[in-house]
Parts: sequence; structure tokens; C-alpha cells
Amino acid sequence: MGGNNTEPFGRSSPPTSSSPFRSPQPLPPTTAADTQASVYSSSSSSSVSLASPSSVLPYVFLFIFAACVLIGFVVVVKMLGIVRRQASIGGSPSTVLSEALRVFRPAVPASRNYSSAKEMTVREALNSALDEEMSADPKVFLMGEEVGEYQGAYKISKGLLEKYGPDRVLDTPITEAGFTGVAVGAAFQSLKPVVEFMTFNFSMQAIDHIINSAAKSNYMSAGQFNVPIVFRGPNGAAAGVGAQHSQCYASWFASCPGLKVLMPYSSEDARGLLKAAIRDPDPVVFLENELLYGESFPVSAEALDSSFCLPIGKAKIEKEGKDVTITAFSKIVGLALKAADILAKEGISAEVINLRSIRPLDKATINASVRKTNRLITVEEGFPQHGVGAEICTSVIEDSFGYLDAPVERVAGADVPMPYAANLERMAVPQVEDIVRAAKRACYRSSQHAVAA
Amino acid sequence: MALISRSTSTCAPLFRPLTLFSLRHVSTDTSPITVDTSVPFTSHNCDPPSRSVTTSTSELLSFFRDMSLMRRMEIAADSLYKSKLIRGFCHLYDGQEAVSVGMEAALTKSDCIITAYRDHCIFLGRGGSLLEVFSELMGRQAGCSKGKGGSMHFYRKQAGFYGGHGIVGAQVPLGCGLAFAQKYSKDEAVTFALYGDGAANQGQLFEALNIAALWDLPAILVCENNHYGMGTAEWRAAKSPAYYKRGDYVPGLKVDGMDALAVKQACKFAKEHALKNGPLILEMDTYRYHGHSMSDPGSTYRTRDEISGIRQERDPIERVRKLLLSLDVANEKELKDIEKEVRKEVDEAIAQAKGSPAPEPSELFTNIYVKSFGAEAYGADRKEVRVTLP
Repeated sequence: MGGNNTEPFGRSSPPTSSSPFRSPQPLPPTTAADTQASVYSSSSSSSVSLASPSSVLPYVFLFIFAACVLIGFVVVVKMLGIVRRQASIGGSPSTVLSEALRVFRPAVPASRNYSSAKEMTVREALNSALDEEMSADPKVFLMGEEVGEYQGAYKISKGLLEKYGPDRVLDTPITEAGFTGVAVGAAFQSLKPVVEFMTFNFSMQAIDHIINSAAKSNYMSAGQFNVPIVFRGPNGAAAGVGAQHSQCYASWFASCPGLKVLMPYSSEDARGLLKAAIRDPDPVVFLENELLYGESFPVSAEALDSSFCLPIGKAKIEKEGKDVTITAFSKIVGLALKAADILAKEGISAEVINLRSIRPLDKATINASVRKTNRLITVEEGFPQHGVGAEICTSVIEDSFGYLDAPVERVAGADVPMPYAANLERMAVPQVEDIVRAAKRACYRSSQHAVAA
Repeated sequence: MALISRSTSTCAPLFRPLTLFSLRHVSTDTSPITVDTSVPFTSHNCDPPSRSVTTSTSELLSFFRDMSLMRRMEIAADSLYKSKLIRGFCHLYDGQEAVSVGMEAALTKSDCIITAYRDHCIFLGRGGSLLEVFSELMGRQAGCSKGKGGSMHFYRKQAGFYGGHGIVGAQVPLGCGLAFAQKYSKDEAVTFALYGDGAANQGQLFEALNIAALWDLPAILVCENNHYGMGTAEWRAAKSPAYYKRGDYVPGLKVDGMDALAVKQACKFAKEHALKNGPLILEMDTYRYHGHSMSDPGSTYRTRDEISGIRQERDPIERVRKLLLSLDVANEKELKDIEKEVRKEVDEAIAQAKGSPAPEPSELFTNIYVKSFGAEAYGADRKEVRVTLP
């Protein structure tokens, strides 16, 4: 092979005339042979340390016997749980044992430690999903600004450079149009790029490649090639970052045939949807939320398994209810759940749907819910005109008009560029009270209706 | 005239009488001959390759045949467009054929080519058929993109041809991405990303070139400089129309794009360079006889004298014809026969393409996703046309 062609992508050391702004000690190039970095800090481990044996041996034996009984009890309970789950998803009895074994076999590499309560931040969820998918498929690689040596602008890609090397975790220059085009070209050749936009506001510089080069290519070539690429990064409003850094791009991307648009809320969403996105053979726009990165959510053992995947195009009913349906996605799901609690105290039972998938939209779940509750509130953070809520409203009118007892309510961001001042910013995004008020209106329980009656 | 040396010159007189009785079999003669290019190469930041090109009589004949086929195909497309069988955009390549055939002579099918919308001849060079070209242009099922792409979206993935792109300049970062994948997968192959003098000023080109140079990608950027970006001459669009120098730290080569042998030599040089040293820029000095597209007469921004002058002095097919005649590889009649054959081939392909049906209505909704997860799509009247995507 030729000389420079064996070099990892990018320089392993700065050029001789180094700028004073470069760090004097460049990181050495790593190879995949390097030992696996521990991604998580060793927080509370679940291992138990036995005390040194005392001279009172019978008590020790009694303790061991009791422990065995307890473990046996837990095994039986878990097996029952597995049988029930397998039965509900139509699994055969022969898979029950393998399922049971799977639960007790370490599902993740030994270096990973989770707190015993099995909670995970969204950041950890995304990191683990990226790690597992990169480990499973050598064609997956990560590309973006600061994803490597900086460990990720929001630390989502922490530890990945160390583990996979600079050939698979690539720091790019600040040239969105250029590097997005390069990534799409790599996807044409059946590699699986994950392109990180530091925020989706910068995706506008690359939007021609996302739409015209990625989304439409399968169609224009009549299936000759597909584009298995993921564009991911934080989307929507953060806190106090102003107009150019706060836009929500869900409705723009979701209007394009050929793209899939996923928006996680919880850590399980983040893990399952990102893994699904990376495995998907079509271009996926994966919109995260910066304010959710540090939030912790409980995760099931199933979600921790490296084969865990959530289906694309399926919404999740976060809270069942019977009086009004509230659809939400990303950070707003948290607000909708809070609103549902407040409404419950006033006797209104709200059903909260976490959309998860903006394109394809799970119209079946939304319509089934509306047919049950007869009232609908759509909530989103982005601009109201031509937004996601507008699409949901029209689709419900098309499919379930006769079931609506009230006009569809649409709660969205204010129709203004995002202001900086804290009080104005608060008015520019939906708050819990906005959702509560809209839900009451739909139930004809608002003050204006009381006056009219 | 080109300088020629030939290893079998002593034997030539013995073969001449045979032509009276049988067809000449020199088309299979692959013994090497050396021909000089029209002009030496001009280089930037590198040593230019020699202007003596190793070729063979069979290769020269294949150049002649392939370029004649491409020329005829483009002229036929002109007529089809005027009779409204081709709609929308139609950007013709006649005059620039030498770039395609010269490049193909230097590459293999594991190398990749990507270009913009002037792609009919590049597609043909990559092994596409006339039937696929004409069917696609007329929007029929037998088209290379089953009629769903059109003139600007020809693809042939199995031969490393990635299109066919309508957005000016977008193909250059995509081409660098193809090169990235080749390096990632250790393919030992290169990508040629073609663009015009109009696209040469695009910012994303420089972004992609920076990344290609930074990461040592085996990418060759080929500027097909036909001196006009639509109706704007190069001196009106670019402060520096020396496109081969625009890479700055990236080496460049200026090539006579109307000389298929010069193109072949430059591409061979570029491939070797890219595999060892990263990206390179080739500027092909070429010319298009048609306007930018079929909607552009091509005579409002340039004189007819200029066009006919190039046709007389620098036409790529004429150059090869003169070479073949001077080398006594073929006589006038034989070359005319080849042209007649080619014309017949084109006419037959058009007739066959006209017989190909338009795509089935269900094709409207295919190939949107590979995996649709049961998503639905709608027609204009959503109550009338609602399908679950395949």
C-alpha cells in the first residue's frame, strides 16, 4: 500500500511551525488495539464485598443459606416475568430459557458500571448507543466538530476517539456544507456515517446535502443506492442562546419525503431510537435537546441490552387518560406530563403521547387516542406556522373528524425569533400553564367558556 | 502533427495488400505505440507527466468509435428534445467527449466518477447503454433510473458512477466522500469528481478540498473548463480563471481536454498521485458546441466564429481521425463506415426506447425509503390516493 494512505485521517502531530494557540502536546494516535476506555466513571458499583469470616461459622452458613433462598426466589420471579413477556409477544417456551440466561449474562461490557437503581442520563444513553453501534458494525463512523479530542461539544461522544481511533471518530473543520457532503458521499459507498451538527441551526449550511443529496437519492436512482446516514445533534431552544441558536427544525425536515425524523425524550428513547437510526438504511435526522442531556431517567434491563432497538414510526403513550389527548415530543413531553398531573387534580384525565417519530408520524396511535378522548392538544416548541401540530391536526380531521368534540388546540413556540431576555424567552416557548389552559379549553372548562355558559 | 513511433513499422507494408480481400484486423492490435499530446502539460506544485503517451491502434480506434457514438447520441438527444420527447432540462456534452473517453482509458470500474448534470456521455463511458440513456431521457421504464430521474440523474453504481447531480458544486464534496469511503475500506481506488468552470467558485468545493487534503483522500477534482458557466464567460465569473492553480497547496495540472490522449495521460498521472499523496486538481481545457442546455441557444454570449473555429481546429474526434489516417490504421471509408454503424446503433436504440412504456403509476411511491415501517404516503387528493409505502 502507498505511504500516506496508511496514515490515519488527519494529522497525528501539528506541523512544525506550530501556532501559539495549539496545545503543545498533541494526543498520540490511537488504534483499535488500545484497551477499551471506561466510558463511565466508576460510581456506585453493584458488587458486594464480603466481610472477613468470623469465628462464628454456623452463622456464616445460615447467612449463605438465606442468601441462596433469596436468589432462588428472585430467579423464579424473573423467569415468570420473562414467560409473561414472551407470551405477550408470542415467544415460544424454548426461548424463555435463553431469555432468562440473557437477563443474567452481563448484557454490557464489564467496564461499564451503572448505578444500582438503573438510571441513566440522556447523555450516557446516547454515548452508549453510539459506542455499541460502532462496536457492532465497523462501517459506522462519527464525524463532526469537536467530536474527537474535545470529547464532544456536549460530551456525547466522550471516550469514543480513545476507543475507536481517529479513523472512525473524525474531527472536522467548521465547514458544514463540505463535511456533510463528504459524509453523504461516503454513505453512497455503503459506509454508515453519523454526522454531528453542533446544533441543528448549523445544519442550514448543509441542508442542500441533507435534502438533495441524501433524502432524494434513493428515489432519483430508482433504488440503485440508498443512503444509510444519520444526522444528529441538539435542536430547538436551549437557555438564553438567542435567535440564531434556538430554532426547532422538526417540521422543516419532517416535510421531506425520503427523510426520517426521530426525536427522543427519555434515556430509553435516546438509546433505542439512536440505535434504530444508525441501523436504518435510509437517511435519518435525529433531533436531540441540549437541556435533556443531563436529565436522568430510569431504564429497563431490556433497554440496556446491546441489541435494544425502538421501532421507527411508533409513538409511546407515556400516560394513559380518557378526557383529552396531548401530543408532544422531545423536551415538551416532560412539560406535558407535568400538565397532566395538574389536570388530574382538577378531574381531567389527560393522555400524553410521546411522538418519538415525527416522520413517519404514528397517525394510528394519535387517531386511536383521539377516538377515545375526543379532544386533542398538540404541543411543540417550534414555530407555529406550518408546524408539526398543524400536520397532526389536519391528519386527525381527515381520519377522525366525527370523533372530535372540540376544535383541536395547537400550543407552540411564539411566532417570533427567540429573544434573549429571560422574561421574553419564557414567553416564547410553551410553559406548563399554557398546556393546562389549552386542555381546559378543549374540555370546555376554561373561564371564558364558564362566562359564555 | 503528432510525433509517432511504432514498433511494427517494418512489417506494415506486408499487411497492406490484405485489405483488398478482408476487413482490417488492426482493431485488435494492442501493441504499444507512442503519440505526443498536442501541447505539453502545465503544472502547479508538481512535476508534469511526459507528453509522450503510450497507446495502441486498438485504443485509438476505440476512442474514435466511442467519441463518435457519444457525439451522435447527443445530437440525437437534441432532435428528441426539439420534438418534445425529452422534457425539462437537457445539457449536452458534444465537444467534450475526449474527457470522458480519455478518463475511462486510465481508470477501472472500481474507481469512481461523479459529475454534475452534463452526464449522458460519462454514463455511457462507464458502461451504460444507449437504450438506458434514451429511455431515461424520455422518462420510460427502460431508463437507468427507471424514468424517475431524468437527464440530470443518471447513475450506474455497479460501475462506480455516482451521478448525475443537479445542484452546482454539490458533487464535489460528495466525490470527496466517495474517496473517503475508498480509503476507509482500503480499496486502492480513486474518485474523480468532475465540475465545471461555473462550479469552480463554489465555497463547498474549497471546504471539500481542504478536508481531502487534510485527510489525504484519494480524490481528483477535475474542472471541465468549457469557458462558460451558463452564459457567463470565465473571465466574468472568476478573478483567477487558472482553475488548476486554485487549490493553492493542492497540486494541479492543466490539460488539453480536446485531446483524448492528453486526458488519458493526465488521469493516469492523477490516479498514481492521489493514491500516494492525496488530492490533485486537473483542469481540462475543453469546449461545448451546444449552449448550456437546450433552452440556451449558446450564441448570445459567444460568436458563431468562435464555435466553428474550435470545431475546425480542436475537435476531439477530428484529431483522432487524423491520427488514425496518418498511422494508416484505417482509411477514410472505414472511418465513415464506423460512423454509419454508430448512427444506426443510435437510431435503433431510440426506436427501442420509444417502445418502452412509461413507469407504472405505483412507481410514484417506490424507492422513497428502503424500510418504510408501513408509513403512508398521499397523492394530490389525499382521500383519493393513499398508499402504504412498499
